[in-house]
Amino acid sequence: MAPKLHTPPSRVLTEPWWVRSLLIFAALAIMTLMLLLPLFIVFAEGLRKGWEVYLSALTHPDAMSALKLTLLVAGVAVPINAIIGVAVSWCVTRFDFPGKGILMTLIDLPFAVSPVVAGLIYVLVFGQNGWVGPWLIDHGFKIIFTPWGVILATIFITFPFVARELIPIMQSQGADAELAALTLGASGWKMFWRVTLPNIKWGLFYGIILCNARAMGEFGAVSVVSGHLRGFTNTLPLHIEILYNEYQFAASFAVASVLALLAIVTLVLKSILEARIGD
Amino acid sequence: MTNSRRVLPGFGLSLGITLFALSLIVLLPLAAAVVKSSGLGWEGFYEAVTTKRSIAAFKLSIYTSFWAALFDAFAGLLIAWVLVRYSFPGKRFFDAIVDLPFALPTAVAGIALTTLYARKGWIGQYTYAWGIETAYSPLGIGIALAFIGIPFVVRTVQPVMVDLEPEVEEAAATLGSTRLTVFLRVILPAIFPALLTGFTMAFARALGEYGSVVFISGNKPMKTQILPTLIMEQLDQFRYMQATALATAMLGLSFVFLLVINLLQRWQLARRGGI
Repeated sequence: MAPKLHTPPSRVLTEPWWVRSLLIFAALAIMTLMLLLPLFIVFAEGLRKGWEVYLSALTHPDAMSALKLTLLVAGVAVPINAIIGVAVSWCVTRFDFPGKGILMTLIDLPFAVSPVVAGLIYVLVFGQNGWVGPWLIDHGFKIIFTPWGVILATIFITFPFVARELIPIMQSQGADAELAALTLGASGWKMFWRVTLPNIKWGLFYGIILCNARAMGEFGAVSVVSGHLRGFTNTLPLHIEILYNEYQFAASFAVASVLALLAIVTLVLKSILEARIGD
Repeated sequence: MTNSRRVLPGFGLSLGITLFALSLIVLLPLAAAVVKSSGLGWEGFYEAVTTKRSIAAFKLSIYTSFWAALFDAFAGLLIAWVLVRYSFPGKRFFDAIVDLPFALPTAVAGIALTTLYARKGWIGQYTYAWGIETAYSPLGIGIALAFIGIPFVVRTVQPVMVDLEPEVEEAAATLGSTRLTVFLRVILPAIFPALLTGFTMAFARALGEYGSVVFISGNKPMKTQILPTLIMEQLDQFRYMQATALATAMLGLSFVFLLVINLLQRWQLARRGGI
């Protein structure tokens, strides 16, 4: 590179101080009003009637059963989507085959579909008048208006999360390390456990975190398939809606604050992992 | 990579899992919606989609989503600019908080926004004093949709802005351009494809959004009812055919948006490769 003969004054690359201050102030004001205030009011409203109301809202049997169902749904949906996500990323980033572009677009489809529509299509398949619903009901499997429906709809909604994070990471890493392992005599599974998985673990964790946040917070799709049966098919977001519509605002916000905490933990983990993946 | 199929293992297994999961979880249920609504026949479909309430909901959904996405485009550009170009205390914190709408469950966002903007809310008390109704109005719907869409714009524009080469701006400045001209003639054209992509993503997401809107909209038929809440109401009344017809129309809309976003991303890639 030729030596720099003339360094342009740095001020040509930035704005006068008053413009900078104004822009920073405007951006922070927008973020505070739009993002921080809604987060803050969840805790403020939840605690407005004191700790006792707050705690009794959280320990109410309906809230506990909603919490249990939410954990169950995420506990089933997230591992399934993690396994599918790894398989999808492996086949898309390590092989070339006809129709790959279409396949990648189809995998992103659930992001494009409205949650309400997502719930509805599951009713059309598994509902009483659906495609396979009547046959399943005859054989003792009811899916819609049971926790199974909630789990299925959640799997649909969170389907692309893991693959979407893994594909760019695996693409940039390339297959050299894996090919080296095979050349040295490793079996396919040994290569996967010893080379592939350690290389993608942070990206995988990142995808799982995002998948989990959405799985625990999904509202529209779950609302359609759950039937809002208290103590049976109510997840935390649905319980929040019921309390809110019954004008139990403090209790509603108390339960909401649990999910807001989950969001904060998600954001913290996300920014830690982003720094790690970036290295 | 073309030959790696012979060397790397797991092609059959991973493709098998992918196709099985994709068909069972995504494609089959989507096909069900299309087939079920074709049971209505073309006329029945047309009738269900063009009732007065459906048309009002379509219009309101597109109108509020468009303005919310446009607001996001400007606000998101400003936020991305400030996060990439300037340093200030708390920058990492504000950078992380941009993703809040992705992480916060929509129902939580919905009740929080409604409480803030209602007549006696922290923000509502001031807007209502000025005669502006911020809850249970199209403006309220727009506020919720803007909240949901903002990270799409910031997160698509930000990486492109980081990659901009300072030399180009230096050259423009050396040739006598003012800072504003450099922004309008050099920086904005370079980030415009990303900005448009972010806008389209925010728009698409807003059209389908339910959880954060249902509380603040009030869901008054013909006035503040958007498409997803109309579908929900029809489902509650067991009018599955109408709901399915509307859902199919929405699916068509989603496909168009998906296509546009794909094309925009390709344009953006070509642009970035070309620089």
